[in-house]
Amino acid sequence: MKIGVLALQGDFDAHRRRLEELGAEVVLVRKPEQFDEIDGLVIPGGESTTFLKLLGDETFRKLNAFVHTKPTFGTCAGAIMLAKEVESPHQPGLDAIDITIRRNAYGRQIDSAIVEAASALGGDPLEMVFIRAPRIERIGEGVEVLAKRGDDPVLVRKGSVMAATFHPELSDDTRVHQEFLKLVKNGTK
Amino acid sequence: MSENNGNNTSLRLKTGLAEMLKGGVIMDVMSVQQAEVAEKAGATAVMALERVPAIIRAEGGVSRMANPKLIRQIMAAVSIPVMAKCRIGHFAEAQILQELGVDYIDESEVLTPADEEHHVNKHAFKTPFVCGARNLGEALRRIAEGAAMIRTKGEAGTGDVVHAVKHMRQIIKEMRQLTVMSEEELFAAAKNHQAPYELVRMVAQAGKLPVPNFSAGGIATPADASLMMQLGAEAVFVGSGIFMKGGATPLDLTLKAEREEAESRARAIVIATTHYDDPKVLAEVSEQMTGAMKGLAVGAIAEKDLLQTRGW
Repeated sequence: MKIGVLALQGDFDAHRRRLEELGAEVVLVRKPEQFDEIDGLVIPGGESTTFLKLLGDETFRKLNAFVHTKPTFGTCAGAIMLAKEVESPHQPGLDAIDITIRRNAYGRQIDSAIVEAASALGGDPLEMVFIRAPRIERIGEGVEVLAKRGDDPVLVRKGSVMAATFHPELSDDTRVHQEFLKLVKNGTK
Repeated sequence: MSENNGNNTSLRLKTGLAEMLKGGVIMDVMSVQQAEVAEKAGATAVMALERVPAIIRAEGGVSRMANPKLIRQIMAAVSIPVMAKCRIGHFAEAQILQELGVDYIDESEVLTPADEEHHVNKHAFKTPFVCGARNLGEALRRIAEGAAMIRTKGEAGTGDVVHAVKHMRQIIKEMRQLTVMSEEELFAAAKNHQAPYELVRMVAQAGKLPVPNFSAGGIATPADASLMMQLGAEAVFVGSGIFMKGGATPLDLTLKAEREEAESRARAIVIATTHYDDPKVLAEVSEQMTGAMKGLAVGAIAEKDLLQTRGW
């Protein structure tokens, strides 16, 4: 199973390490043709404005086609990229999952936090690392909420797309990545 | 739901933001207009300051933390993280920057040091700090004080990459040497590096710093950014290289041609940092870039005028 990690900018290396620990073969994706060789894609944390700038026309087209057909997981900036609607400021989303997301909605770095809460993944509470995190403000029909911070959905899934507003790649808890690898293996949930 | 607080949590959150900045370019900006150009070009963060190092170098005088009003205006204008500099050892400036809510504080040798012996105790802050270093010992002393990111010092405000290279090579070499040392040798190495033994041992085991390692100080072209990334930098800071013409004169963003020059430089360095190992892309972006900072050769600067020797 080959997993691509979009490696234009951000903490792609943390995702690579985690996915390799879990036995996946990882490709760092920077070029359009690399989308053809992967079974699933992770869009990491970083700055979504930077990602948008660095996606050339051809890479954007390939990425857009991929996220609408194959298993994709976005964390933080990655979740922003996958959203239908992005606020603060308004910017284009790939519309891979029907959510509205607001950038930096919990505040600046000083408001970053590590939170533990129960999740649909079962077992112990899930450790969630929020860094200048966005907030999911609306979820569309059929979007499943796998974890919450207070009343806010923070881990969501629909079809073959997963999105987290936190950083499972910066936690020792591997369950979120395991869940994504299951999705890649089984196709659409 | 419970929120974790404590030292370990704090360090993870601080280095966590640095993780998000990897593979990106952090740009020095002196105005809202420059900050907007930087964000639009794809900068991952901006460093808000009143005078970039090239101007400080040309004008002299005491360089201090930027006016909070300017920092607030820049924070309001862009959606990316905003950093700001405090003087070495000036914990009161750092307290003000934390109060403003800046995302990272750079305790910087570019400003005039406020303390000839002590750096800021960075553990006392919730806001993360980045500090400059010329060698491994200096990097580890800053980490011991609580720095959550290290950057090479290079020689700021010159557009000459030679000392950024020197400092990165030095740090990488010293880390590599630690990885092959015996236990006894590590104790001696800690003494020689004037660094805490525990941190020396961590580097010996991991082969890298326990916090992200970025590069700064003289990066002015896409090729410079690529060079530093290939040498092991995880991201780059570009100070005077984007918005300066020569000497102490910034590009005038109200003039179309000069605005486009700044935009083209910023965009080219962002792309070069992502595709640092692809000479084909580097050739393309270098070609698209108009002009470059005139610069000042480090070799022509008198020893007493070097910024990098500040900090202890």
